[in-house]
Amino acid sequence: MMTLNWHAVYALYKFEMARWFRTLGQSVASPVISTGLYFVVFGSAIGSRITQIDGISYGSFIVPGLIMLSVLTESISNASFGIYFPKFTGTIYEILSAPISYIEILFGFVGAAATKSIILGILILGTAGFFVPLQIKHPFLMLFFLILTSVTFSLFGFIIGIWADGFEKLQIIPILVITPLTFLGGSFYTINMLPDFWQKVSLANPVVYLISGFRYSFYETSDVSVAVSLVMIFAFLAACIFLVQWMFKTGYKLKN
Amino acid sequence: MSSILSIKNLNKIYSGKFQALKNINLEIRRGEIFALLGPNGAGKTTLINTVCGIVNPTNGQILVDGYDIIKDFRVTRSLIGLVPQELATDAFETVWDTVTLSRGLFGKAPNKPYIEEILKQLSLWDKKKNTIRTLSGGMKRRVMIAKALSHEPKVLFLDEPTAGVDVNLRKDMWEHVGALQKTGVTIILTTHYLEEAQEMADRVGVINHGEIIITENKNDLMKKMGRKQLILDLKNPLTEIPAKLSPWSLKLNTDRTQLTYMYDSAKEDNGIAKLLAELSLSGVSYKDIHTKEDSLEEIFIELVKK
Ligand SMILES: Nc1ncnc2c1ncn2[C@@H]1O[C@H](COP(=O)(O)OP(=O)(O)OP(=O)(O)O)[C@@H](O)[C@H]1O
Ligand SMILES: [Mg+2]
Repeated sequence: MMTLNWHAVYALYKFEMARWFRTLGQSVASPVISTGLYFVVFGSAIGSRITQIDGISYGSFIVPGLIMLSVLTESISNASFGIYFPKFTGTIYEILSAPISYIEILFGFVGAAATKSIILGILILGTAGFFVPLQIKHPFLMLFFLILTSVTFSLFGFIIGIWADGFEKLQIIPILVITPLTFLGGSFYTINMLPDFWQKVSLANPVVYLISGFRYSFYETSDVSVAVSLVMIFAFLAACIFLVQWMFKTGYKLKN
Repeated sequence: MSSILSIKNLNKIYSGKFQALKNINLEIRRGEIFALLGPNGAGKTTLINTVCGIVNPTNGQILVDGYDIIKDFRVTRSLIGLVPQELATDAFETVWDTVTLSRGLFGKAPNKPYIEEILKQLSLWDKKKNTIRTLSGGMKRRVMIAKALSHEPKVLFLDEPTAGVDVNLRKDMWEHVGALQKTGVTIILTTHYLEEAQEMADRVGVINHGEIIITENKNDLMKKMGRKQLILDLKNPLTEIPAKLSPWSLKLNTDRTQLTYMYDSAKEDNGIAKLLAELSLSGVSYKDIHTKEDSLEEIFIELVKK
């Protein structure tokens, strides 16, 4: 059995978390404020003109999607920055020369990034509670989705951070890929409201499955079945694990 | 198994093109200070980084204390401390946090008194709460040393530890390195200040174009490679070296007042007595006489000229 260097995992994790807590104001304020803005704009202004979706008030309906929007973005940006920054400053030398395997590096960085996202998701949920009535029919499933999504997308962010060799590359995937996918992923509507053709197209968007499954844990309404959602997230997680393993084995962009 | 570090037939080819290390064989003895010398781009950093796990070797074998650096990387890496050539620090972290992180990364349980001790030794104790960006360059380098020592390594690599460090601090560092050696730590350093190697090292290795040209006990090297010169200050300028003196291949300096004889001090008969006798026979008189030894620097320049 492989023995892990837990001191190292803990040291990395703690170091990453400490950095986040030091700038807690910025780290938490901006997603919480932007969520608040979404409520004002979409929930109150537009929502007052939309009656209900699947028997749920529009304000409440968008909560799971909004949480996912922040969790996705923050997981990717925290994890990618976490590993990119040492590469940029050169302090990565120490991690590469330490008696730790890539698994431990992964546990430290991805663990910290996922923790931040989970805390953030819960904070946004709390914020949402101020604006709209909430109901969580399956709290454990909700938590499970939250954790699974945070871990998966932190891993994805970690991969981006290794791949990126400039700050532009660090931004490009979140801006060009993730944000559009999230907006088109049914954060603000159910895909059943779309014409037939666009419904089919939407099914190619992985974020649809995330939001649909997550929303199900709240209101028991979903675009696709929960089982399909879980399978899709696990498939994406597996793809990320596969990719990161390959990166580590070849030393991709980390070692010469 | 007296070598703490044993490198066998090591090659490094960067991205399948540039060969930075060519069939390196090197044994480092337990407890010694080894100075690795070579001009810019010779491959010193590549060699050190390969041993430390930052660069993947193309082929060859490296053992640290008998353990393979790839198969037993957890053992070998926890034995090693590295102060890299480039200053790379977490600008926004405090001295204390960053040194504590290093200890953890290398798998050691936290030990505050020990970290306190190193910071005090490196005169960083009163800066422990400073973020690193508020330190001077020399202080930053000491932070890097503190990080390298944080997990009590048995082998310490110092890749140009004194680049950009003032004279006083450099002397301090030499003392510090000497003290570390006394605690049983093996030290491998690179430097472009040859006097530093001359001062500190037990053995010297010279690398050029990725090849180790020589490894030698420092004193032996200086004896063997170092030419000695006998210099005679003449009373009267000499127009020409008398033919009788030709066996000694003397050199006359430009203002013709100094004669230099290069000799091999290791030889039984160095030819000095006969030379002096011949000089008085030829009527060449001198007012002063002294000898001079090549420094490590001169030997080094001679070695890498080829
Ligand atoms: N990542 C890399 N990719 C390709 N070539 C590299 C890489 N790193 C170093 N080299 C090359 O390998 C050679 C050896 O470099 P190295 O840094 O080991 O030299 P060095 O002896 O430490 O020099 P210096 O005294 O300047 O620090 C150089 O020609 C350098 O250009
Ligand atoms: Mg170098």
